[in-house]
Amino acid sequence: MIDLGSRVSANASTEAEPEEQRRGVFRRLRESLSKSRQALAEEISASLFDRIDEETWERLEQALILADAGAPTTAAVVERLEHEVDSGAVPADGALVRDRLIEILAEVASTGRARIDLSGEPAVLMLVGVNGTGKTTTIGKIAWHLSKEMGLSVILAAADTYRAAAAEQLAEWAQRAGADLIRGEEGADPGAVAFDAISAARARGADVVIVDTAGRLHTQSNLMEELAKVKRVIAKQIPEAPHETLISIDATTGQNGLRQAKVFSESVDLDGVVLTKLDGTAKGGIALAIASELEIPVKLIGVGETLEDLRPFDPGEYAAALLAE
Amino acid sequence: MFDQLSDRLQSTLSDVRSRGKLSESDVDAAMREIRLALLEADVNFKVVKSFTKALKERCLGSDVLNSLDPGQQVVKIVKEELASLMGGTGSELAMAHSGPTVILMAGLQGSGKTTACAKLALHFRKMNKDVGIAACDVYRPAAVPQLVTVGERAGAHVYEKGTDADPVEIAEWALQLAKTERRDVLIVDTAGRLHVDQDLMSELSQIRKKTKPHDVLLVVDAMTGQDAVGVAESFAEAAEFDGVVMTKLDGDARGGAALSVKAVTGKPILFASTGEKLEDFDKFHPDRMAQRILGMGDVLTLIEKAEAQVDEKQAADLQEKMRKDQFTLEDFLQQMRQVRKMGPLSGIIGMLPGMGAMKQLKDADIDERELDRTEAIILSMTPAERVDPHLINGSRRKRIANGSGTRVQHVNQLVKQFDQMRVMMRSMANGKMPDAQQMAQLSGAAPRPKVRRR
Repeated sequence: MIDLGSRVSANASTEAEPEEQRRGVFRRLRESLSKSRQALAEEISASLFDRIDEETWERLEQALILADAGAPTTAAVVERLEHEVDSGAVPADGALVRDRLIEILAEVASTGRARIDLSGEPAVLMLVGVNGTGKTTTIGKIAWHLSKEMGLSVILAAADTYRAAAAEQLAEWAQRAGADLIRGEEGADPGAVAFDAISAARARGADVVIVDTAGRLHTQSNLMEELAKVKRVIAKQIPEAPHETLISIDATTGQNGLRQAKVFSESVDLDGVVLTKLDGTAKGGIALAIASELEIPVKLIGVGETLEDLRPFDPGEYAAALLAE
Repeated sequence: MFDQLSDRLQSTLSDVRSRGKLSESDVDAAMREIRLALLEADVNFKVVKSFTKALKERCLGSDVLNSLDPGQQVVKIVKEELASLMGGTGSELAMAHSGPTVILMAGLQGSGKTTACAKLALHFRKMNKDVGIAACDVYRPAAVPQLVTVGERAGAHVYEKGTDADPVEIAEWALQLAKTERRDVLIVDTAGRLHVDQDLMSELSQIRKKTKPHDVLLVVDAMTGQDAVGVAESFAEAAEFDGVVMTKLDGDARGGAALSVKAVTGKPILFASTGEKLEDFDKFHPDRMAQRILGMGDVLTLIEKAEAQVDEKQAADLQEKMRKDQFTLEDFLQQMRQVRKMGPLSGIIGMLPGMGAMKQLKDADIDERELDRTEAIILSMTPAERVDPHLINGSRRKRIANGSGTRVQHVNQLVKQFDQMRVMMRSMANGKMPDAQQMAQLSGAAPRPKVRRR
């Protein structure tokens, strides 16, 4: 999931412990994923593909729409599968059709570069998104993983200088994660905070800087311009930074999520999506629409409140979960 | 795609007029378009299904002879049905006869509860009510200091016990204090919670039992998708909410969640949160929401805002000046300030119907700082220069540019634009409408005003 660049070999040879721990984390993840995958696959076959007829396609359409995948993406997926079954390319057998559907959905969901690039020294991550989508919480979780599980030194930049007590919230996460925090006054220039954080990271030889930004609606063009400026200021310190710009999208978001991703991408060029709050009943199908229409991959998912509940995105598992009742 | 719902319906139903009545296949075709439009607006799939079914019956055989065109006729029916489904005219909060009115706020994480609490507090402060807010979100880091900051900004007293106390106890304690301190209103802020979280949901119903609120409000993000229904149903069960606050309506989400929640729970939407500032909080208008969902713009809100800002007499004077070709840069400055008082320009444009068709304006990146600059330039001119910009020669240009912190070319640009505007006003006074291109250039909304010499 994470591309550490040259840092991997260095860490692996000199510090065997974090490396092992890291494997441990990912094994845990894989195990929990495969368990749920199995259960879900059984559920889908039971509910959706008992008989293949007109009603099957209608119910599939309904399932995808109810998951917020949106009308265009839903229509494309259903038409494709229906065509493949009609033409005989896929046998009209419940289990086979189900597997093929999951393949198609996984194909739609996996677009672009799936790994998170942390090869920069320091690597700079920036989180953006509309208000209340879980940026600060996600940053806390990423910081914790990088710091506690992988033994990297992390600096958090509290560039949300707008929302009351946003820096306090991040400070609490920094403390839990054992990361350093760089902050400015409330109302300070967010670009300056990001700039200072990267300067500090270079001076201290830190591995990763994670920049928290204020939530903003994509319709506020002045705030979007401010965000583009933060990015430009970061690039003044390290030309190729931020190495990863991620947008957090709330899984309960409907079709507006597509607009969000589009407009944010226009101003700061997104590398990926963090799909948050997947622990509710929302399926986050908007991520499919974003991947299929804008070619921005989902990289991480948030499935709960605890630190371990941030996971790498698995297209196959996600596709299966999307269709479970 | 939705802005064109009317257009699409019109083309779908274009040949109906010759026959006079809508046939079943006409209606089916129209329903397909409406269904897609509603889904795109995030109205719940099941709600869409039953809605279009009911709609179909009303449209079938509907007389279209008298209407200008059948597409409009169907749109009108859809609009009426949507508005009635959304609750007819606005509803009100229940208030206590004596003692504090207790209002419990609940919702998912990130839906905007804390901000909504402060906005609601300000709403009551404006009516000279003494407002207290109980800080019962002890889970999210820094939620309490956030509430203290925004609550005090709204002029409310915040009852907080840090994060170690139990939320139910905090609520009871705050209610006791609110009673002894004779507050008019107590707003209880709670932690965001997932509707599937059993423990937190039962905590919420505990707070409800102990504080016996007069109103329980569910805070719903306007951007919520299909899941809004499940969320609303769960909260209805645990907290028996009485009404809904829709947040983040200042974005461009269609807000179909509003319709879904109302349709499924029958609870009215009472307030709409429409911006970052605490004042951006209004009573909810179901009819306007229906238009928004259909992509028809919010003309009524726009007219109200304009009426609130524009002085009738001033407007008449201005018209007279335009007619007599006496419009000056001073008038232009006043005009610009008045328009800006209505809110950010991008928001105003969003409220205009048919902006889908005027792509130039819709996609225009309106830079408010451009307007700041224009203001600065005009303010750096002498009164004489404002009346007659032709006075502005080379050295005056330089002085104005220095005074306003801009460059000579910016001053030139403004003077040229103003000239153009006067030409346009003359033609308008003669009864001709300017085209979209001209309008876009003048508002500064076009990619960059291309100045053409006539």
